Amino acid sequence: MRYFCLPILLLTLGLTACQYDNFEPPKSTFEGRVVYKGEPILMQSANVAAGNNSDFPVFLELWQKAYNNRSSIRVPIKQDGSFSSLLFDGDYKLIVPNGQGPFLWKRTAANTPDSLDLTIRGSQKLDIEVTPYYMLRNSQLTVNGRKIAGSVQLEKVITDAINGKTVERVSLYVNKTQFVDAGNSINKADLAGSAITDLTKVNLTTADIPALVPLQDYVYARIGLKITGVEDMIYTPVQKINLK
Amino acid sequence: MKKYSFLFMTALVLVSGCKSDVDFLDVKSTNILLVDEVFNDPRLVLSAVTDLYNRIPDLVKPSNMALYAAFDEAFASGDYGRHQNREYSYDDWNYWDYGYIREINLFIQRVDGSTKLSAAEKARFTAEGRYLRANAYFELVKRMGGVPLITEPLLYDYSGDVTNLRKPRAKESEVYDFVIAEMEAIKSVLPKTPGEKSRATYGLAVATKARAALYAGSIAKYGVNTPTVSLPGGEVGIPASKATAYFQTALASAQELINSGQYALYQKSPDLSTNFANIFLDKSGNPEVIFVEDFKLQSGKIHGFALDNQPRAITEEGERGGRLNPSLNLVQSFEKLDNTFAPLAINTGSATNYIYYDNPEDLFAGRDARLRGTVLVPGATFKDKSIDIFAGLLLGNGTFLSGDQLGQLKNVNGASVQVVGKSGPIEGYDGSAQGGFYMRKYNDPVPGSGQIGTQSEVWQVRYRYAEVLLNAAEAGFELGQNALAATYMNQVRSRAGLTTPLTTADITFDRIVHERKVELAFENHELWDMKRWRIAHIIFDGSNSDLTTKPGSATEPSTRVYSLWPYKVYNPGGANDGKWAFRKILSGRVTQSHVFRLGNYYSRIGDVIINNNPLIVRNPNQ
Repeated sequence: MRYFCLPILLLTLGLTACQYDNFEPPKSTFEGRVVYKGEPILMQSANVAAGNNSDFPVFLELWQKAYNNRSSIRVPIKQDGSFSSLLFDGDYKLIVPNGQGPFLWKRTAANTPDSLDLTIRGSQKLDIEVTPYYMLRNSQLTVNGRKIAGSVQLEKVITDAINGKTVERVSLYVNKTQFVDAGNSINKADLAGSAITDLTKVNLTTADIPALVPLQDYVYARIGLKITGVEDMIYTPVQKINLK
Repeated sequence: MKKYSFLFMTALVLVSGCKSDVDFLDVKSTNILLVDEVFNDPRLVLSAVTDLYNRIPDLVKPSNMALYAAFDEAFASGDYGRHQNREYSYDDWNYWDYGYIREINLFIQRVDGSTKLSAAEKARFTAEGRYLRANAYFELVKRMGGVPLITEPLLYDYSGDVTNLRKPRAKESEVYDFVIAEMEAIKSVLPKTPGEKSRATYGLAVATKARAALYAGSIAKYGVNTPTVSLPGGEVGIPASKATAYFQTALASAQELINSGQYALYQKSPDLSTNFANIFLDKSGNPEVIFVEDFKLQSGKIHGFALDNQPRAITEEGERGGRLNPSLNLVQSFEKLDNTFAPLAINTGSATNYIYYDNPEDLFAGRDARLRGTVLVPGATFKDKSIDIFAGLLLGNGTFLSGDQLGQLKNVNGASVQVVGKSGPIEGYDGSAQGGFYMRKYNDPVPGSGQIGTQSEVWQVRYRYAEVLLNAAEAGFELGQNALAATYMNQVRSRAGLTTPLTTADITFDRIVHERKVELAFENHELWDMKRWRIAHIIFDGSNSDLTTKPGSATEPSTRVYSLWPYKVYNPGGANDGKWAFRKILSGRVTQSHVFRLGNYYSRIGDVIINNNPLIVRNPNQ
């Protein structure tokens, strides 16, 4: 009799004991876009390497208020300007860390990034309004033989003397996949900022696109703007181009 | 009866057992030495300081070789992760070991309080403790910028309040000033024994002072190129106005060491490449080496650099070897004997117009002897055996024939021919010479060094005289004394076989950068140099640019490592049969271009550290 008890006891223990150990997984989705007057800011795609938290080109930081030992949650921004993160319900602060993004984020009197209070109770959508240094307007990409030509208008949004920045260069990037940016391209054309006389008429043309292996008769392209002193570039929408 | 004796014994225990608690518990331990026992015996103090020496932080070293492939000096044949990551993490290269600093502070305090050590012993041990502490701060400031300067062991009073233990970050310049002042204070206390390579000496203190002042000077001078890499409190960034004073200190210290005559360039072997390789191998009467981390076979302190880097063709341990392949980026940087730069002559114009060579090593003839002292090129021998690097056969019709196993034989027109070298390269084959080259610097040629049970005792050189000369040259150049800079640089260059001296007009920033790149490759300098010159974000700019055709230029992007693959021409009866042709290859494993962000100039201070001490300000651009 005694020996029968033991397995039953162990079984009961096994079935009941872990009930209190487990947390519910985070279920609330926090998503949105980084926008300027409702228009998303397009940036470099996230090259997400497993186990490397800061390996995002552009990211936001969330700080949960509930704990004394605080550590940030990094939310990468995708190339279409959107982001999404699975969170526990709770009170958070959102900041854009120093040096992130081709845009200006409000700063406190102590010159640290200003924070945005965020209450997560269930899923939530929030567009984050920022002020970009420049916006890219009316981009057009055309194909001529195996050359790709692009034109774009640059709208200088921040014009004051303190925060305004000049154009370092404008680049047209071409890639085989829809991830196209400074780090992912098979061909590009650069135009230095000093060579731009009229911000509303910026034209670039790439060299011939080399033969693609395996054979592929289309490419993706977009134009990016590098702002002097700002690391992250701002881009136009990705466009698929048929090389016929 | 039993009961009575039990009672009796209990009584006895009660009466006698509790008589003297204090004596009963106060038993001298047989396996722990107490503080005052250690610090009253010079031999035990030596053990204590040895432990502190053993924990000197070095980022890149032969016993931790993964980082060699993190930039553009080498391709990692077997661990391709770095070549497939774009960004460097802000956390990379961080360091915050105040436990080590506390132990050094305690060490200094305890040596000072010792009653049995002689005055001379006390002075030397204290100076060594101060060297190690300043060296740790030097490492901290290189990686993190200004850090809290703690020079006393802090004591917690168990009050529950730790605010008095929280110290803010010092300015970056203050940490450099601390290092410089400490070196100045201890240099005359430390022994003038150039033969002593593992402990702090006069020469080491002066060399460290020169290096620290040079770093501070270049951060002050070139920091203006990256204005956002600074903090308003000066924790990161040094005012440009301080540059000249730092360069003067650097030049004066380097000259002090040079003029002391204690060290000299290593010139023992008539073969200049072997001579260069031997700087790192020769432990008997080496006049050049100033400070090392030493290793010894059968002592437990050994490393596996030779085990992991022996050429695969002659491996002593099964599947081991060949992990680190110097890159074509580095190899083509070694200049020609007439002091000019040129990419390797592998073709005329288009990639298939090969230039044919009788022997594979002929491609590298007429270049800086340091090339073949640093790198094992195709056609070279190691441990007196052929290392057999070739990627395949170039057939008469212009096609390639290769294999997927090392040293594979294939049937070509009825004859059995070896189609790939015993060291490869084979794309994706771990340990094969995928970069086209193997390591010679630090690679131990002693038989048995490639065996797991033996391994290597080659020492890790931290300071050597050639670097002091280059530091003097750089400081001279920054102060406008180009003739002096040329004198010092020419000493290093003539030892390497570049006998045409550089003239005053030849000394440029590009020359300074280039000389350090080739002389000090794989010696834990590249990252720090790129950072202090503020050119890391220009060289690793994230563009997928091609291999530069201007290897002498300091600011050419070098974001991906290129390989050079040799092919043996197989065309019996044809014109070039048996000759060698070369192709520049970008390995399929290299999928991303490195981008060094402005936030990488100073590593991230972790959230845990800032939670514990809210006075710590974050580094810029993170």
